[in-house]
Amino acid sequence: MAVGSVDVTYRGIFQKSLASVITKALVKAARHEHKIGGTVQRYSDSPERNGIPAKQFAVIADEETSLRVEMAKYEPDTVVATCVLDDTLVKGLESWAWYGVQAVNASLSPGGVLLVVSERPIEELADWMPRADFDWRLAVLSRKTSFAGLWVYNDDGTDMEVLGALSRVTGGLVALESLVATAAAGSDAARRAELLESGFSSVQVAPISAGVGREWPYETPALPAWDEMGEGVAIRGVPKGERNMLFQKFTTRTARPVVDFDRCVRCQICYTVCPDEAFDPTPSGHYAVDYGHCCGCGICANACPVEGCIEMVDELAFSDNSDLHRIYEADPEGYGNLRQAALATAGGPVRHYGIF
Amino acid sequence: MTTIEKPVSTPGPAGGGPGYQEEILTGCDAVAQSLRLLDVDVLAGYPIRPYDAVMATVAKMIANGEMDAEFIIADSEHSQFEIGKHASLVGARSFIGSSGVGWMYGMEALVVTSSLRLPVVALVGNRALDDPGAFGVEHNDALMVRDTGWLLYWVETAQEALDMTLMAYRVAEDHRVMLPCALSMDGAFLTHSQHVVQVPGKAAVERFVPQYDLGDRRLHPDNPISVAPQFNEDWVMEARRQSDAAMRRVPGVIEEAAAEFKEVFGRGPEDPFVEAYMMQDAEYALVGMGTVGMVGKVAVDQMRAQGKKVGFLRVKWFRPFPASRLRSLLGGLKGIGVIDRDYSFGSNAWGGVLYTEVAAALYASGSRPVVVPFIAGLGGREVSVQNMVEIQGVVEQHIASQPAEVDCHWIGVREHVGKGGER
Repeated sequence: MAVGSVDVTYRGIFQKSLASVITKALVKAARHEHKIGGTVQRYSDSPERNGIPAKQFAVIADEETSLRVEMAKYEPDTVVATCVLDDTLVKGLESWAWYGVQAVNASLSPGGVLLVVSERPIEELADWMPRADFDWRLAVLSRKTSFAGLWVYNDDGTDMEVLGALSRVTGGLVALESLVATAAAGSDAARRAELLESGFSSVQVAPISAGVGREWPYETPALPAWDEMGEGVAIRGVPKGERNMLFQKFTTRTARPVVDFDRCVRCQICYTVCPDEAFDPTPSGHYAVDYGHCCGCGICANACPVEGCIEMVDELAFSDNSDLHRIYEADPEGYGNLRQAALATAGGPVRHYGIF
Repeated sequence: MTTIEKPVSTPGPAGGGPGYQEEILTGCDAVAQSLRLLDVDVLAGYPIRPYDAVMATVAKMIANGEMDAEFIIADSEHSQFEIGKHASLVGARSFIGSSGVGWMYGMEALVVTSSLRLPVVALVGNRALDDPGAFGVEHNDALMVRDTGWLLYWVETAQEALDMTLMAYRVAEDHRVMLPCALSMDGAFLTHSQHVVQVPGKAAVERFVPQYDLGDRRLHPDNPISVAPQFNEDWVMEARRQSDAAMRRVPGVIEEAAAEFKEVFGRGPEDPFVEAYMMQDAEYALVGMGTVGMVGKVAVDQMRAQGKKVGFLRVKWFRPFPASRLRSLLGGLKGIGVIDRDYSFGSNAWGGVLYTEVAAALYASGSRPVVVPFIAGLGGREVSVQNMVEIQGVVEQHIASQPAEVDCHWIGVREHVGKGGER
């Protein structure tokens, strides 16, 4: 193989350093094997908003020419592995710098592997996978999602375990020995070697056949030609009562605010504090969350004065962005059951969330 | 081949349009008169010599009740240009201006004015860049916007300053264009020299320059738009291509406007892009911009009297650059001397900006003439008729000696003759 890339997909800012450490370590290990490599940070994703999907990829090549072709790109061509550092990204990715929701396995090459860091069973994750027209593999490294705070790095061993798992699932894009050897040059060599081994041996892999998986519901918007665009960097405003459908930014969300409308006192605080104006007033005086435009920041749940009224619930407990208030209006009791079921699936509300 | 414009030593009795009157005005005064006639809505200013003479004249006109406009004195050029840009975006005809490093200080606001496609008109009273803080003319200040989507014009006389202020608004505000326009005027030699000028009547000006209209960007509650959102690689090229397309449409708009100018005011140049003086049978040409043309044309008369077939070609519009006009006027000549009142240290043949552009335009000419670069008149140094004759001599010598390399000549610079050897 002349060239192979590992695309690391992560939650912006919280996992930026983690993605950078992983890709850099791959290149270092490749150098140990006398290969050449480099990494590309998707510059236009930056500055990264809290939680926004972002990417960094590493390119490993046998010689310089193949490397050069891959380096001046936003998306690499020959992705042998995509690494997903937060499992809620399986619902789709939309950076603020591009248009349309991308499937998590969109950049994968035939036969490639999608490695997800997740404590969920591999069958549950397999159920979320978008379909591809080639055979590929899903791999899971069972580990709690590693979120560091803003700017800082959470050295919890995720990097080494992911690297060990990548070595295994790529069939030795870089050998485990090379990773161990390069880690030995740094501090805490014994612990790192142990983590590399543990990632290598514990990763689970399941083959997925061509045509199996979810049908991708999102279309990439067609962008206008230069002579179709408004001139003077002016764009039409969103008409009153409508929303911007070109960029909804819901893929930023790892958990969503779920309202117990029976407890709601109609105080309007959620509607007022939401930085994305994602709450819609309703005739009943409740505020309905537009889940297409909610980025899951949690500010509403933090501001809500009624205990247990707005709770942040894991995003994978919901399959789509449908209007929950409409369900409540039609059948309050049914909605209550649905809410309880989602909380049960998620193992309760998310308590420590985002910047709070 | 080409039309010869005869020099006009005094303005003719005819022309000026209905209700015109003759006055003695500096270049800056002439611009101010046009601003009054155009009923400019917002003027933003920050004083720096020599452009600031226009501020003084406008202030006086407003105080005398001759003009009704918002005249905002900003805290810096950056703020001044931003005020002009924003005023233009809400539908006000606006005017800004500066000189030298003042123009440079507001550069960020200047580039966003053109990328937002706002037809602000500016006066650049050309001044040397600091240091050493000289007041005199160099063209480098205005030239700094040459790549950014600004229209650029170099005036030679106060009459041309008045006329071209009208023309600048007419062309810039045309919906096919919507780009800002800077009028460049040589500091001191034109900003502060008084000429006999025909000032037209207001009705004629209103006929020539229609009301400013932002079209589908008009500020109105029923027209919600968002201007200047941040965008990236998937949109930027398209936006740049739009500015390019607008710039490509400018020559046609200029021709149309120049024809109508003649119709309304009963005068105007044959060629709106360049002034070709005694070029019809010329074997040599001297090329320059701004007031150097006045001296150049006199030098041409003198050299013609001695039997030398020399013409002077004054580049008027620098953006868009009239490359095809230059090719048809200069292609096939024996030799050309390009006089830059600017510098571009380290550039092709160590020459100036105009040389590089002229040489590049002529590269596509069927028979490429010899083009020799000259730098003269920096920092406001006078350029004399004798300098022009000297330049012509160097061009002829260059053709005779056929040196392997083209190398720029500095004219009128003090040199220690004994030292020699190094350019």
